[in-house]
Amino acid sequence: MQKFARILVAAALFAGSAAPALAAEGRDYISIVGSSTVYPFTTAVAEQFGKTTKFKTPKIESTGTGGGLKLFCAGAGVDTPDVANASRPIKKSEIETCAKNGVSQIVEIKVGYDGIVLANSKKAEQMQLSRKDLYLALAKDVPSPEGGDRLVANPYKTWKDVNPKLPANKIEVLGPPPTSGTRDAFVEMVMDHGCAEFPQIKALQAADEKKFKAICQTLREDGAYIEAGENDNLIVQKLEANPRSVGIFGFSFLDQNADKIQASAIDGELPEFKTIADGKYPVARPLFIYVKKDHVGKIPGMAEFLAEFASDRAWGEQGYLAEKGLIPMPKDEQKAMAAVAKALSAMVNKK
Amino acid sequence: MWCANTVKNMNRHTEDNSRFNEPDGMGATAKVQAGLAARYRKERRFRLFGLAAIAASLLFLVVLLGSIVAKGYTAFWQTQILLDIHFDPAVLDVNNLATANYAALVREATLRLFPQAASRQDQRALAKLVSTGVAYQVQEIVTSKPELIGSIIPIWVVADDEVDMFVKGYIPREVPENERRISDKQAAWIDQLAAAERLRQGFNATFFQAGDSREPELAGIRGAAMGSLFTLAVTLTLSFPIGVAAAVYLEEFAPKNRWTDLVEVNINNLAAIPSIVFGLLGLAVFLDFMHLPRSASLVGGLVLTLMTLPTVIIASRASLKSVPPSIREAALGIGASQVQTIVHHVLPLAMPGMMTGAIIGMARALGETAPLLMIGMVAFIVDIPHSFSDPATALPVQIYLWADSPERAFVERTSAAIMVLLLLLLAMNAAAVLLRNKFERRW
Repeated sequence: MQKFARILVAAALFAGSAAPALAAEGRDYISIVGSSTVYPFTTAVAEQFGKTTKFKTPKIESTGTGGGLKLFCAGAGVDTPDVANASRPIKKSEIETCAKNGVSQIVEIKVGYDGIVLANSKKAEQMQLSRKDLYLALAKDVPSPEGGDRLVANPYKTWKDVNPKLPANKIEVLGPPPTSGTRDAFVEMVMDHGCAEFPQIKALQAADEKKFKAICQTLREDGAYIEAGENDNLIVQKLEANPRSVGIFGFSFLDQNADKIQASAIDGELPEFKTIADGKYPVARPLFIYVKKDHVGKIPGMAEFLAEFASDRAWGEQGYLAEKGLIPMPKDEQKAMAAVAKALSAMVNKK
Repeated sequence: MWCANTVKNMNRHTEDNSRFNEPDGMGATAKVQAGLAARYRKERRFRLFGLAAIAASLLFLVVLLGSIVAKGYTAFWQTQILLDIHFDPAVLDVNNLATANYAALVREATLRLFPQAASRQDQRALAKLVSTGVAYQVQEIVTSKPELIGSIIPIWVVADDEVDMFVKGYIPREVPENERRISDKQAAWIDQLAAAERLRQGFNATFFQAGDSREPELAGIRGAAMGSLFTLAVTLTLSFPIGVAAAVYLEEFAPKNRWTDLVEVNINNLAAIPSIVFGLLGLAVFLDFMHLPRSASLVGGLVLTLMTLPTVIIASRASLKSVPPSIREAALGIGASQVQTIVHHVLPLAMPGMMTGAIIGMARALGETAPLLMIGMVAFIVDIPHSFSDPATALPVQIYLWADSPERAFVERTSAAIMVLLLLLLAMNAAAVLLRNKFERRW
């Protein structure tokens, strides 16, 4: 028993002494955190980078944009991530947190675009939707169909009720839960626009923005909008099983499953590489990576990694990222961003 | 306990008998006879319910396993293409093998198979038939055998994941060309390759040898399996000794008072806490306070230790309790000290039960993802971890990450990884049962 106790004490001492040694050790790989939407693209670049250079393959965590930027801004030391993936621009409050923790030099690089698509099974009819239709179909409270300024609980049961040109199918939309960045983007780009088409709500936008957001961005809770979890593959499978339902997910899943599902046109535009890249398709968002400038030089391979990301073979029109479903930026924007990546020009304080 | 019950039962019987003998009309036998059929029916119904419950759970199990196996078994085979690769001395400079353009060698070999593909577009489509990993395969061959330079060698190379899906029938032929990721031309080439016996389904060794990858045909579970192994090693070496020591103290030495009651309630409570809470605790203590490296299997092991400790302690206490007091009294009676009694007699007898508890705790730890999320082990990690401080991920995390990937070939790989995980769990649980059956003593 004494021997046993002695071993225990020795083990505890060993663990205690090993811990600081591990922590003090410099990191020899790039650490990336952030959006699960950007994850498939950053990982592809990281893998290529790891294979073609002498550097280690970067480590990429899928934490979501908000969680990622929180980690990114937690400090300036090498124990914090070097790069953050984001499916939306960094917020002013996040820049402030960063600055407070000693991260003042952040390089913002736009890497491409992602489209959010509404799609249904090939077995069903393709839909021609407008953002107004979608607002009326999915918002919790909508302007009364009888006219007037009054808002009523959403009375629409079928797509035909919303817009006589649409099929008489029950409204059944599978989409991401509120924790998802895709949901945020969908709500901002579709619902806000859709409800701003009603003058009485639009008037609110200037007067009481909070109320405007509450009206526009609250989705139905009566079963017409179904939260299907973060897994887009699952939504695709459910669409196949139930041809009358419509799903909301990222463009790359449409791209991979074009034999099973078809996209609905939104405001007359179908989501395709071209329409998203030139901004015609209305539900598209830019994707970013944020880089800590101070870590370049401290962590081996940072400059080379950014060069790989900004190369034509990665984010170019025929690059391997396009193969993965990233929508490339127009040529001149690509050039500008590659210059930013090369010069590491830090963001000027956002207004 | 058993004795007391029987006595009680016997008492009840005599009571019942005395009631039957009461002289009001019917005799006792007749009364029993009247109710007998109903009692048998009741018994049959009860058994039927039990059987139905087992049948239902077996059915669910079969459906679950069946769907996983049906989706996943194809992942153990991978389509390969036979290419005649010319190790061209013009491309390969013996003194500078690291930077040579190996992709060009592969492209050229595919072109030689289909010289009619002339346009740039066709050539690109053709190059897409083989995996991007083939260039590295060729590089390895050349680096290990530089004497091959100058010769043409037939090599089976890994096909692209889209080709693999097409050959396995997951990409349908009959849909219009623009809706599938294999064009008509590519399909024709694949058919020609098959006709020329240059296409085969080989064992997918990559799946067991490689780390994660964004290319499904190059992705493997080795990295995740090693991560799980390191994590479990830490968990086992910490949680078993600590758990056993705690159990021995609580069971053999601790006085029975309000304090130990409180400790006991807390241990039982901890065993029921959702695992994500342990992840948050790990984040606060091991990462933010102790500054251990993020994503390391060491931290994962520490967090899972916290999670499995209550299980180990509870199982160890139960098996200590099941050692009859006569053993302790006999040892003490012939002059052994309390420590000798415990180390020489009680612990060896309780060990099988303790190990069973530890293995079941480990099996639970092997299947956890939630606490690992908080400490950065849900990550894309290509390099296979070699030490406790290397960034690592774990098997269930790998399954979660693949399940969320858009590429269709990841569907079967997800199921295959689930099969591997299930096999490991089965092996661990079987080991627990074997240990119990082999060494457990009943009194």
